[in-house]
Amino acid sequence: MAIAIPTRQTQTRALPRLNREARAGLLFVLPWLIFLVVFTTYPVLGTFTLSFTDYSVIQAPNWIGLDNYQRMFFQDPSFWTAVKNSVFYAVVSVPLRLVLALLLALVLNLGVRGISVYRVIFYLPALVPPVAATIVFMLMFNLDTGPINVALRAIGLSPPDWLRDPVWAKPALIILGLWPLGIEVLVFLAGLKEIPQDLLDAASIDGASRWRRLVGITIPLLTPVILFNLVIGVIYSFQVFTPALIIGGTTGEPLESTLMYMVLIYRNAFRYFSMGYAAAQAMILFAAVALLTLLIFRSARVWVHYEGGER
Amino acid sequence: MSQVMVPRTGQRLIQRRFGQQLQHLAGQLAKHALLIAVSIVFLVPFYWMLTSALKDNNQIFAFEPQWWPNPVHWDNFATAIDFPGFPYLRLLGNSVFYAGAVTIGTVFSCAAIAYGFARLRFPGRDLLFGITLATLMIPPIVTFIPTYILFAATGLTGSYAPLIIPRFLGDAFYIFMLRQFFKGIPADLSDAARIDGAGEFRIFWEIMLPLVRPALIVVAVFSILYTWHDFFGPLIYLQDPMSYPLSLGLYAFRSQRAMEWALIMTASTLTVLPLILVFLFTQRYFIRGVAMTGLKG
Repeated sequence: MAIAIPTRQTQTRALPRLNREARAGLLFVLPWLIFLVVFTTYPVLGTFTLSFTDYSVIQAPNWIGLDNYQRMFFQDPSFWTAVKNSVFYAVVSVPLRLVLALLLALVLNLGVRGISVYRVIFYLPALVPPVAATIVFMLMFNLDTGPINVALRAIGLSPPDWLRDPVWAKPALIILGLWPLGIEVLVFLAGLKEIPQDLLDAASIDGASRWRRLVGITIPLLTPVILFNLVIGVIYSFQVFTPALIIGGTTGEPLESTLMYMVLIYRNAFRYFSMGYAAAQAMILFAAVALLTLLIFRSARVWVHYEGGER
Repeated sequence: MSQVMVPRTGQRLIQRRFGQQLQHLAGQLAKHALLIAVSIVFLVPFYWMLTSALKDNNQIFAFEPQWWPNPVHWDNFATAIDFPGFPYLRLLGNSVFYAGAVTIGTVFSCAAIAYGFARLRFPGRDLLFGITLATLMIPPIVTFIPTYILFAATGLTGSYAPLIIPRFLGDAFYIFMLRQFFKGIPADLSDAARIDGAGEFRIFWEIMLPLVRPALIVVAVFSILYTWHDFFGPLIYLQDPMSYPLSLGLYAFRSQRAMEWALIMTASTLTVLPLILVFLFTQRYFIRGVAMTGLKG
C-alpha cells in the first residue's frame, strides 16, 4: 500500500487527465451532481434571493430589501400564530413520540412470544397515506360518535369537541400524528437488538438489577439511535402539513389553532402567489431547523455514547 | 452429611423454580396484556375506517355508535368505485404510474450513484458525500419554490414531469443507505473482474447489482410507499382532477362531498388497500428497511 499510493499520485500528476477509475466514478455520480446543482444549490440560492423581492408570478420581481422579513416579524400576526402553533406541536410531540416509542420497543425487546405479529400491527398504520389517516381520524374525533370520545366517556370523562375546539385541535393533531409511531418503535427495536447480550449478562451476574441494566447499559448504548430519532423528529415536526391542511384548511380553523408554519408558507406561495414573502418564511424555517439540528448535534457530544470504530 | 442435605436443597430448589416459573408466567402475561392493549389502540382506526366504509351516513352518526354496521352496506364499494369526483380506477392507475416511474428512477439512479461513492475513488468524493448528507437537513420547502418557478417556466406544471424527473437524478437518503451495502462487498470480487478486463459499468451491472438486490428491493418498497403517500407535490403541480393520484383524489373528493362520510371512508379504504397488499408480500423488506435506516444514522 505504502508503495502503491505514491505511484498512483505521480501517475495522476503526470497525466493531466484523470485515471480510469476516477473518470468512471465521476460518471457514476454525475446524475447526483446535476441534482445538487439544479435541484439543491440553485433553488436554495433562489429562495434566498427571492426572499428580498416581491415576486408574485404575474410580475417580474422587484428588489425590496428586508421588507418581507420586516412584514413577517412586525406586521403579520399570522406569522407568530403559526410559529407558536408549530413550536407547541414540536415541543409536545417530539418528546412524547420518543418516550412512547422507546417504551414500546423496550417491552417488545423483553423476549415476548409472537413479537413478529406485534411488529406488523405496530407498523401497519405507517402504511396509511397521511390524507386517508387524517380523514379517518376526523371521524375518530367526532364529538358524539367517535370511538375516542366513546372511550373517554366510558371512563367517566366529558371529552371535548376536539376538532372544533381551538384548545383541543392541536392536541388532536398531535394524537393523530402518533398513529404511525411504529416506525420509530422498529428503529429503536433494531437498535436494542444490536446491544451485545454478553454485556447485559455480565452485569446481571454482577448483580445489577433490571433497572440498573436499563439505565447503565441499554440506554447509553441506545443514545445514537435516540439521537437519530430526535433529529428526524424535530425536522419533521416543524414541517407537519397534510393533517393540518385537511383539518384546518388554509386558515387553520378553528381560530387559527391549526395554522402550522408549513400551511402558512403554502398559503402565501400557492394560494396568494406571494412567492417572495413565502420564500422569506421558508428561509426562517431553514434557519430554525439548521440551528436546532446544530444544537442537538452539539449537545450530542455530551449525552451520546459512541463506541470506537465510526464508519 | 450430603445425604441429609440433598433432599432439603432439592425441595427448596423445586420451590424456587416453581416460584420463578410462576413469576415468569405472570411477567409474560403482563407483557402481552400491555402489548395487546397497545395493538388494539393501533388497530381501532383501521376497524373504524372499515366498518364506517360499510355504513350509510345515518349509521355513521347514529346516536348509539354502531360497532358493527347493521345493515352492512357492501354496495358502498360499488358506488365509490365510480362516484362522480372519485374515479377510483383512473386514480389508481395514476398512482401506479407515479409510484412506478419514481421507483424505477430512484432505484437505478441511487444504485449507480451509491456505487460511485462506495467503490470508486475520484477527487472530491468525500467532500461531495458530506454535502449529500448535509442536504438531508434542508426542509424540502426551501428548494420547492424556485423549483416550481423553474418547471412553470418550462411549461411542465400540470404534468407528472416535475414530480418524476428529479427522482431519476438520485435521492440523498437512499444513496446513503445503498452506499453502506456496496461498501460491505469484498474488494477481491471487483478486482478480479478488473484483471479480467471488465469495464467499470459491467462490474457494476453484472457483479455488484445482483449482490445488493435485497437492498434495492428495500429502496423500491420505500419509494413506492412514499410516492403513494405524497400529497404536497401533486397538490402543487397537478391541475386536472383526472390526473390526480389517489391521495390527492381522496382529498379533492372530501373537499367536494364533505357530507358523504360513508363514501369517503369507502374511498379511504380503497386508497389504503393496495399498499396493504404490497406490504403483505414485502413485509420482511419493510421491517429490515426500517431497521437499517436507524442503525447507520
